[in-house]
Amino acid sequence: MQLPNSLDIFKYADKSADYNFASELKDSMIDQTYLNRFDNSLSDSGLHPLTATGITIFQANVGKLCNQACKHCHVEAGPGRKEVMQKDVMEACLNILEKTDIPTIDITGGAPEMNPNFKWFVKELRNKNRHIIVRSNLTILMEPEYKNLPEFFAENKVEVVASLPYYLEQTTDRQRGSGVFNKSIETLKRLNNLGYGREGSGLVLNLVYNPAGAFLPPSQKAVETDYKRELLRRYGIAFNNLYTITNMPIGRFLNYLDASENYNAYMERLISSYNPNTASQIMCRYTLSVSWDGYLYDCDFNQMLGMRVNHGAPSNIREFDMAKLCNRRIVTGIHCYGCTAGAGSSCGGAVV
Amino acid sequence: MKTYYAPEDLSKFPTVGEGAPELWKKFSEWYGAVFAEGALSEREKALIALAVAHTVQCPYCIDAYTQTCLEKGSNEEQMTEAIHVAAAIRGGASLVHGVQMKNVVKKISL
Repeated sequence: MQLPNSLDIFKYADKSADYNFASELKDSMIDQTYLNRFDNSLSDSGLHPLTATGITIFQANVGKLCNQACKHCHVEAGPGRKEVMQKDVMEACLNILEKTDIPTIDITGGAPEMNPNFKWFVKELRNKNRHIIVRSNLTILMEPEYKNLPEFFAENKVEVVASLPYYLEQTTDRQRGSGVFNKSIETLKRLNNLGYGREGSGLVLNLVYNPAGAFLPPSQKAVETDYKRELLRRYGIAFNNLYTITNMPIGRFLNYLDASENYNAYMERLISSYNPNTASQIMCRYTLSVSWDGYLYDCDFNQMLGMRVNHGAPSNIREFDMAKLCNRRIVTGIHCYGCTAGAGSSCGGAVV
Repeated sequence: MKTYYAPEDLSKFPTVGEGAPELWKKFSEWYGAVFAEGALSEREKALIALAVAHTVQCPYCIDAYTQTCLEKGSNEEQMTEAIHVAAAIRGGASLVHGVQMKNVVKKISL
């Protein structure tokens, strides 16, 4: 793919509300050549066409608004984004959960906490006795308006999946912004004080590592051991599991790959690391993603590329059809190599 | 040929086997076994490789093992310390030969 040469990733960090580079790339990303390339890999593994095996995780992206503008963000979330899920779409999500037995709802963003109806949505989900995951950037919980949310999470038994790309300040701040690491550490201490990440509390705190650059994540088990040792030794912080997540060639990370002239080498790295064992267990096979405006996608990455559920399955939440969606054919693209490289990658970390 | 070293040449390494495929096969198998998890972890072996790469000053190896070290979970601080170990041994190896110089001085001096 030929990208524009004059991109400066930093100038987009604050302009995400009115500029979406990923959407410009949409047409080329779904170019047949690229589609065929991943589909060929699937064929070689006996997995083509890739189909869903059910829906056990309903992932709601409740908006692109965020208090941060991280350099690797595939959503290109930021303080200026206006796309926020309205209450009627949330109600449609709740209606679907009412009619189905999907056990887990995974709430993401942006910073999902910034959705004005976030607390209402979580309470409604709790009333429906579903397992609730909230993906938090941690720093939002230091803002005065959201400071009571850790207690709210604990009351509602929310599983917190928190971004902390590394246990060192410099590496984390380089990716997520100056001061993010120290705020994240303070929030993790607060969560620990409430019982999060502590044995026997029932309050789950999982952390997310992602590479601070154009390389694949290390072994999840190995780096989890490092995190547990270092966070305990340096800050007295405990947590349950570490998820390693591969940076996807989408959104701001794509801009970075282009600006740093790493795109081709990174894509080759992903493609040459294709692991068929991860493809058979890839998260889109058991996940359904809904966007702020109610459209359905096979994953949050397809959502950011505008690649809706297709192949005969409904692509809007108001036309939800569990039988069709449970057996749907997955929409694929070149970016799918990001989930199948090495040990694989998913919202729950490494796949194998 | 504009330069002696080009990054894209690294991926052409297997072409070296074309003249002697049996030897290449043996090298590849041995190389793979050397870097597999054993008494030392893959991460430790990658750090050793990075340090040695700086000692032999092979740009291909430095490129490859910088990436490998990061993908095995080492960070820049650790990688920099590994290079210092290589540099210290290299510098120390020069310096310790100063004993030979001293021996010669002693032998030929009044």
